[in-house]
Amino acid sequence: MGLTGLEIFKQLPKTNCKDCGQPTCLAFAMALAGGKASLDQCPHVSDAAKEALDSASAPPIALVKIGTGENALELGNETVLFRHDKRFEHMTGIAVSVCDTMSADEITAKVEQINKLVFDRVGQTHKVNLVAVGNCSNDAGKFAEAVKAADAKSVFPLVLMSEDPAAIEKALEIVAAKKPLVCCANAANVEAMTNLAKKFDVPMVVKGADLNELAALVEKVVGMGHKQIILDSGAREVNKVLADQTQLRRQALKKFRPFGYPAIAVADNKDAFQAVVDAGVYIAKYAAIVVIDSADPADVLPLVTLRLNVYTDPQKPIAVESKIYEVGNVNDNSPVYITTNFSLTYFCVAGDVESSRVPGYILPVDTDGISVMTGWAAGKFTPEKITELLQTSGIADKVKHRKVIIPGGVAVLSGKLQELSNWEVLVGPRESAGIASFLKQRWL
Amino acid sequence: MAVTIAKERWTSKVNELVLGAEPNAIKVGGDGTLPFLFFEGDMPNRPVVALEVCDMEPAEWPDILKEAYAGVLGDPVAWAKKCVEYGADLVCLRLNSAHPDNKNASPEDCAKTAKAVADAISVPMIVVGCGVEEKDAEIMPAVGEALAGKVALLGCATPNNYKTMTAACMVNGHSIIASSPLDINLAKQLNILITEMGLAANRIAIDPLVGALGYGIEYAYSIMERSRLGALTGDKMLAMPVVCFVGQEAWKAKEAKASRDETPEWGDQARRAILWEVMTATTFAQASGAIFVLRHPDSMKQFNAHVAKMMEPVKY
Ligand code: B12
Ligand code: SF4
Repeated sequence: MGLTGLEIFKQLPKTNCKDCGQPTCLAFAMALAGGKASLDQCPHVSDAAKEALDSASAPPIALVKIGTGENALELGNETVLFRHDKRFEHMTGIAVSVCDTMSADEITAKVEQINKLVFDRVGQTHKVNLVAVGNCSNDAGKFAEAVKAADAKSVFPLVLMSEDPAAIEKALEIVAAKKPLVCCANAANVEAMTNLAKKFDVPMVVKGADLNELAALVEKVVGMGHKQIILDSGAREVNKVLADQTQLRRQALKKFRPFGYPAIAVADNKDAFQAVVDAGVYIAKYAAIVVIDSADPADVLPLVTLRLNVYTDPQKPIAVESKIYEVGNVNDNSPVYITTNFSLTYFCVAGDVESSRVPGYILPVDTDGISVMTGWAAGKFTPEKITELLQTSGIADKVKHRKVIIPGGVAVLSGKLQELSNWEVLVGPRESAGIASFLKQRWL
Repeated sequence: MAVTIAKERWTSKVNELVLGAEPNAIKVGGDGTLPFLFFEGDMPNRPVVALEVCDMEPAEWPDILKEAYAGVLGDPVAWAKKCVEYGADLVCLRLNSAHPDNKNASPEDCAKTAKAVADAISVPMIVVGCGVEEKDAEIMPAVGEALAGKVALLGCATPNNYKTMTAACMVNGHSIIASSPLDINLAKQLNILITEMGLAANRIAIDPLVGALGYGIEYAYSIMERSRLGALTGDKMLAMPVVCFVGQEAWKAKEAKASRDETPEWGDQARRAILWEVMTATTFAQASGAIFVLRHPDSMKQFNAHVAKMMEPVKY
């Protein structure tokens, strides 16, 4: 990361022995700089050179893992300030909190609700990631009980939220094997907490009263030999969190080492609505983990959606394969819909065809993953391409009729399409949500 | 351990755009920093909200939205007054009746409506046409004239109609909304064309044709971030405040329209719908939006509460 070929070359043996598969050491250095080779392919680098190159090539923000199994979470490895520069790598983990002042039954009920915060979007499953257990009671015994209750039900890894090492130790004795996140070490408890995190080999949040204290604490923790760190600047109001998160990200990219870790933000605004809004800001602005209190799907769906949007690779829209999709129990009389292979577009249409309760075939044209109107404006959603799909997909063997429904937004295509394909073209509604009522008028 | 705060030294600012006439004028823009980063620059004006008013009863608005304007939906003057009562900084009048598929209303009718609304309220106005470029070019000269002296923001200018639209603004002292589909070069190009006609750069607002949360928000977000970086580093043709037509996009989303019965796994509809509009807006505020056209008064309230907090400067 960031090293030029020449800088790398200086550290190599310069013998041109070709053992790495490259003709010269310089060629190998160039390949390494371009990310096309890895250092271990050269068997001859000295240990000193290896260390120098490794730390220089380490990502500006360390990768930290929480949890085990299929719901384990990876955070960090970010390399940019703006998503248009490259892309954001690891989606913000969403943690929903429970408190140890709740009864075991209440905790169980809320965790069950959290487990259900799973949403289908553009053909992918999107869910929350963590259950945060708060030591609101300040009682180590109650905390351990709550952790036990949450752990029994949660499909997600836990965040152990207590600043009391005694409480954390009790909790870790129960769940350490599942690699929960300890939250947190602060100026008062840093040694005890770090020792626990080391002993149980779990990631830990380091919280400062401000950025200066945070940097000092991180150096201390790293000095004690613990590197699985998540940063908390201590800010809780949205304007302060924005400023601090911006600083943390900028400093990390400038390779200020104490801030080279993912960061957590806690959206604990007393106004429950504003708390969701704040959490949205944290997702857009660099938080690797955001903690919220609400398990209401009406609150979580917008956050999960925003996270998906912000973390989408700006170079590569999410696309579906261009082929015949069958929705429901289709037969040879079922309607045939044309759309584009932009995931969002396809899944809007698929959802609406499904809710029309009339089984149908959907044929997304390959528009390089762009929407109907964008595809049309860019010349990628054309009568020629639709005709080709009608002819080569095999749809003609699946239906007896020769009627095809196109999106209302591209009504202008219908004449040419009819001429080229010899299919009767029905212009559908502009929004796929209108498909059900369209069918009632024009199909059934 | 003292951390050296990382501050960018920006060389330029966003233009300050004046909306409305004294004593009710408001200003937007003027930022010398990325949004809300007071530690490295000024943000003299907070983002403002316009509530939307249509000149004919909107057919496709969901009930949650209609309920907020019960009794005034057929009357743009009463509707606009209601918006002011709710506390809107601006009113955005949308002349849907001009659309050839609707009433194909004449320029005179549109001008009459616009004048009636403007005379009934004290807050500044945005007036946008029906979205058909040729038709908007027909009605805006009349609308501009009827609102002479009110210093309104008129739109939306596109490469196909900007000449007439710009002229309508110039002769009557209004400012203009320049629309371009999510493309920084197209936005710049249109601003150049408009300023070349003689309209001052500080009388233009950029409309990047935003998409809603879940429906292309990320494209507009990145285009807005890039424009702001351009503005702060000296690109005069990107230094315009950005207007975000959030309401029309957010209330099209299935997540705002589907009832709890249709999608029980999505929770309460009203909560979800308002959040959809608010989070679309607050996310754009982080990317540099300056004027937000919203629909629901509760969304406005929540958005303003959030913005008030964001406007409390944090300096290190
Ligand atoms: C995001 C976006 C982009 C993104 C592309 C994102 C993507 N992956 O598609 C980017 C920034 C890349 C882009 C670029 C361009 N864009 Co663009 N873009 C948009 C935007 C904001 C949203 C599009 C979107 O994702 N909609 C959501 C999807 C789900 O909608 P949809 O595919 O249309 O599907 C809906 C309906 O069509 C219908 N439907 C779909 N399929 C079917 C099938 C049937 C049978 C039925 C009945 C209905 C139906 O239901 C769906 C849900 O409602 C729109 C403006 C807007 N707010 O809508 C402009 C818009 C589509 N873009 C436009 C233009 C002009 C362009 C560019 C040509 C401009 C340029 N910069 O050169 C480029 C072309 C890109 C290229 N060369 O590849 C114009 C098109 C104008 C026109 N009427 O022709 C629009 C409308 C903006 C505008 N008002 O001017 N764009
Ligand atoms: S293996 Fe190492 S020493 Fe040999 S050529 Fe490659 S880089 Fe040079």
